[in-house]
Amino acid sequence: MIPASFTSPFRRATRAVLTTATLLAAATATAQVKDADFISGHTNPVLDKYPTAKVNTTGLLVDDNFVTVGQLHSVTGTMAISETGSVEAERLAISQINAEGGVLGRQIKVIFEDGGSDWPTFAEKAKKLLVSDKVGTVFGCWTSASRKAVLPVFEKENGMLYYPTFYEGLEASKNVIYTGQEATQQIIWGLDWAHTERGAKSFFLIGSDYIWPRTSNKIARIHIERFLKGCKVVGEEYYPLGHTNFGSLINKVKLKKPDCIYSVVVGGSNVSWYKQLNAAGITGKSLAKKGQILLTISTTEDELLGIGGENAEGFYACMKYFQSLENDNNKKFVAAFKERYGSDSVIGDVTQAAYLGPWLWKLTVEKAGSFDIDAISAASGGIEFPEAPEGYVRIHDTNNHLWSKARLGEMTEDGQFVVLAESDELIQPNPFPEGYK
Amino acid sequence: MHTTLAFLSIFEGYTGEEVRSIFVMQSFSGLSLFAVFLLMALGLAIIFGQMKVINMAHGEFLTIGAYTTVFMSDLVEKSVPSALPWYFPVAVVAAFFVAGAVGFVVEVGMIRFLYKRPLDTLLATFGLSMILQQVFRLIFGAREDSAVMPDWLMGSWALTEITEIPINGMFLLGTAIGVTGLVYLLMYRSRWGLRVRATVQNREMAGAVGINTKMTDRWTFALGCGIAGVAGAVFTTIGSVSPSAGQLYIVDTFLVVVFGGAGSLIGTIASAFAIAQSQSILEFFLDGVLAKVFILLTIVGILMIRPQGLVVSKIRR
Repeated sequence: MIPASFTSPFRRATRAVLTTATLLAAATATAQVKDADFISGHTNPVLDKYPTAKVNTTGLLVDDNFVTVGQLHSVTGTMAISETGSVEAERLAISQINAEGGVLGRQIKVIFEDGGSDWPTFAEKAKKLLVSDKVGTVFGCWTSASRKAVLPVFEKENGMLYYPTFYEGLEASKNVIYTGQEATQQIIWGLDWAHTERGAKSFFLIGSDYIWPRTSNKIARIHIERFLKGCKVVGEEYYPLGHTNFGSLINKVKLKKPDCIYSVVVGGSNVSWYKQLNAAGITGKSLAKKGQILLTISTTEDELLGIGGENAEGFYACMKYFQSLENDNNKKFVAAFKERYGSDSVIGDVTQAAYLGPWLWKLTVEKAGSFDIDAISAASGGIEFPEAPEGYVRIHDTNNHLWSKARLGEMTEDGQFVVLAESDELIQPNPFPEGYK
Repeated sequence: MHTTLAFLSIFEGYTGEEVRSIFVMQSFSGLSLFAVFLLMALGLAIIFGQMKVINMAHGEFLTIGAYTTVFMSDLVEKSVPSALPWYFPVAVVAAFFVAGAVGFVVEVGMIRFLYKRPLDTLLATFGLSMILQQVFRLIFGAREDSAVMPDWLMGSWALTEITEIPINGMFLLGTAIGVTGLVYLLMYRSRWGLRVRATVQNREMAGAVGINTKMTDRWTFALGCGIAGVAGAVFTTIGSVSPSAGQLYIVDTFLVVVFGGAGSLIGTIASAFAIAQSQSILEFFLDGVLAKVFILLTIVGILMIRPQGLVVSKIRR
């Protein structure tokens, strides 16, 4: 019901200006009230116990109300495909932590930097975050190459990195918390499963040609040849990253008839690999008829989105997390993730591991009672996070990796996994495995 | 004798039938790789042969075709699922027109200003490829995407108990032969092709006898891009689509075109066949990485002796 007098253009303009002014005034007033509250410590009750001077002795970007952290992932370039999920999961965790009252009473602000799928750029941006921005911690990196590029920066400038991806191991830095599995946590238990549960005796190892698949297959080969009785490797082959034609390889697999096709193919190649397997008549069903299996450590729900469940149905993957895990933590996590990023979004193993980063950091800061890097580094060992979607996890006392379970899932037509088995105990992280060199 | 046949040791302990069946399947995978290379390279060869433009964004035109297919597949899946088995050929044709239209616009907006500056076209099309990749990322997101394949395109055709021929491979081969045939007819049996060939052989004379060489260039560029679009569309049967998918193909594409003797149709076909067969065979007896290294070294060696490539097209300079 607008009075007639308000409908003249001039009046309308006046009214608009007035309304805007009122809103602005109100906003300013609220802001002032908030500041006053902060200063007197009313909205930040923990400030008395944790004054900034005490929790931040090294000049990090931490004040009475806020702590600023860095996020360093590729959202452009070839790795954007994989890293997007990690960026989303970390954001979700940070907003949940903020909603619960933040860390030591301080809300978390994020400075995002794009690594652009280029390793020198990662190093440069890491330096920017640590030296110019002085962020409290960094959540980031995905490929081993990007981690190797930033590691010297984090060690020199004494920063903290929470790294989410399953990787090849052979590393343990006091400046990195590895929230994904190192090689032995993913490979050995899975091979044992294939051998004891499916009777696999001959294995064909396949990988993309870079450090992670090569190291993983090296560990797999040693485990098969030394520790599994009567088992042998009948082939080991690598294809360039981004390779899209697997016809010859598939024929060779057909000729060798391995009990277990062990696949560490990554990225876009993954899609071609599975589509062409299907086209060559190798499917979950056809393998099962012949008593063979395909087991992978590189295909998650994220990749299945591109592959299409119909091309991969009946194959197996060994991971620590699947979106379909039936526990209350995970149900809550999946619901929150879908609410924020859409009901058709999927969550893969690394996405979940990325979600752990901000929470582990929060718990560590609270245990240390300080944001200082040295204090966090010293307090990390033994940090427990029972609310993890994958179930209880704990940071190892000395090597900064996580104790976590291994799980075996079967791919389904809708691009998800049915969990068939999980390790009884948490598996100890062992980045420098004896007898596997 | 033993050393020369050492590589055959892979067949030790297999029955004659098994070896025969592998031989058939392996020949076919060489043929389908040939189809892939031919489709990738055809568009680029036409564009380069006609106007000496090195189109670094060729891979992105493939991606446009692939995304057109994904878009159609999503559309059909949501609105008329009953048409799902038959949408694919329509999508391939649509991919041709979409990629061709984008190519036409690019020629009008960019390429035609750079005809006299080949190095600048190289840079400009490289820039275009980055812009297009970012556009794909903004529209379709960074993740891998796949078109829904009709059932008749999936699985394999069992020739015997153990010999299985991939259906998508046969489809690829069919498309490659079809597209090459059409290009041949267009180039050598039509008025338009006559104008194109006249322009290639002697631009000034062609202009003097009344051929609009600028329009000929424009339509040739659009045609080349359209063929790239078709390639992208049919590649969704064997791979995925992502904003940077074009980068996976661009190196092989240039390899085929340069090795074949840039611009020659016969040369492109011969080079695609030679590279595909040797890669396929080497992958079988060695492995993927070694095969690639070996092929690159061989091609570099051959090009050092014969820099003009396999077949030289006659051009009056």
